[in-house]
Amino acid sequence: MTEFYRSYLAVAVLILAAIGMVGFMLGLGRLIRPVRAQEQKYIPYEAGSDPTGTFGQSNVRYYVFALLFVIFDVEAVFIFPWAVNLESLGWFGLVEMTIFVVVLTLGLVYAWRKGVLRWA
Amino acid sequence: MIPILGADPLFRDGIDGTVVLIVIVKTIIVFTVLLVAVMFYVWFMRKVIADMQNRIGPQRAGPFGVLQTLADGIKLFFKEQSSPECADPPVFRLAPYLAIIPAFMAFAIVPIGGLVPVAGRQTYLQLADPGVGVLWLLMMSGIGLYGVMLAGWASGSKYPLLGSVRASAQLLSYEAALGLAVVGVLVHSGSLSTRTIVDQQAWTGIGSIVSQWYWLPAIGAFVIFCISAIAETNHPPFDLVEAEQELVGGFHTEYTGIRFAIFFLAEFMNVITMSAIAVTLFLGGPAGPALGFLAADSWVNVWVMPVFWFTVKLLVLLYATVWIRATLPRLRYDQLMALGWKYLIELAFLWAMISGVVVVGAREGWNRWVTVPAAVAGAGIVLAVLWACLPRRGEPVEEIR
Repeated sequence: MTEFYRSYLAVAVLILAAIGMVGFMLGLGRLIRPVRAQEQKYIPYEAGSDPTGTFGQSNVRYYVFALLFVIFDVEAVFIFPWAVNLESLGWFGLVEMTIFVVVLTLGLVYAWRKGVLRWA
Repeated sequence: MIPILGADPLFRDGIDGTVVLIVIVKTIIVFTVLLVAVMFYVWFMRKVIADMQNRIGPQRAGPFGVLQTLADGIKLFFKEQSSPECADPPVFRLAPYLAIIPAFMAFAIVPIGGLVPVAGRQTYLQLADPGVGVLWLLMMSGIGLYGVMLAGWASGSKYPLLGSVRASAQLLSYEAALGLAVVGVLVHSGSLSTRTIVDQQAWTGIGSIVSQWYWLPAIGAFVIFCISAIAETNHPPFDLVEAEQELVGGFHTEYTGIRFAIFFLAEFMNVITMSAIAVTLFLGGPAGPALGFLAADSWVNVWVMPVFWFTVKLLVLLYATVWIRATLPRLRYDQLMALGWKYLIELAFLWAMISGVVVVGAREGWNRWVTVPAAVAGAGIVLAVLWACLPRRGEPVEEIR
């Protein structure tokens, strides 16, 4: 096991501790809380009136924003290693990343012109 | 070992019983401190907002009402749990875990103090320094998003669903800006490790506040980071996820008792973690003057002073979040999305490129007084071109349906 993996020991301990802690809280709650089942308690909340229909609808724009986000998330894969190694990449790396960012921004401008970012 | 990873010397000579024990003790301490900090922060927030609004605020439980949060927590333990009949039970139960475990985990990379000797070993006052460093924060806030999203979806109810869809779009948008703001520091530090970033901002006298700490060379990134961090933690004025007037409680409308408490715990824990990360990246973390009249290796200067300076900086940022919460009204949803996509992301990109030019210029030995204005001018031209490409106000755009 190299030093790289050894430093994840703390992370592993932390994950176990976090799961244990939440499990403990929920388990303790289960032991001490009352259970008095009543049918009306399990009706989905709808501002006091009886629920109508099933799930609501949501705006399709949320979906488009999620798609746009994917672009910027993939960009992060390139820009983080670039930022960390910028000193050694130097001038060449800078020009390359500028071209990449410009292309990416063109995509955003296209989406903007198509009215994707307009909410109302 | 690659030096940029800056790993903890505790793990240098392999793992034995002492090392495991130290790690476990550190984990327990960080857990306790984090929980107590949340308790204190909620009290602090309520007290400060009460002062700003000429009220008294909590005062009954414990001295000055300090134990109010604890009392609320204990009360929630005794409350009945219900899950709506349309809910998806396994996911409904899983969601609180997904919300709070990343909140705990994200704090692990925060350097609270310096190098300390424990039981004959040297270790950092920091839980973990994994190779991915500050990306750990982005990973954890990405997983935390699933907690919010699944909680709303699994409730099988309309308000939570709307709340969680809103939450996902908001968190996604600001995560992009948050990541790009971090890039503004990474180009200067050349390392992802929070420990290395903090070491580069070491205290060398009062001048190091401007010469060493990254808030000044990365001032644009600092501002963008703070705005996106507030949005990322659903803190007012960006708390549209749980806008009471529109969505009742947002994604946790159907949660009761201790599960509800867990969502709140996670939310406030995220505020503390984000402030701590801002301190780490921009304000030098535990860097600060040591007590000169004591020896440099006395226990006060090794253990206490770094933690003290870290806490002071953290409290300043936490006070700022409370101040913002008490001052600014909530944004409208379209304003929120416009701020994220039309301004923060573009500005963060420009800032990353300007810092890139500055860093490369310093390495190549170009004149700083020429490269910086040239970079800013270049950014200005890009902005002007961008502006010219955009639809004018009132100009009809092709609608998507």
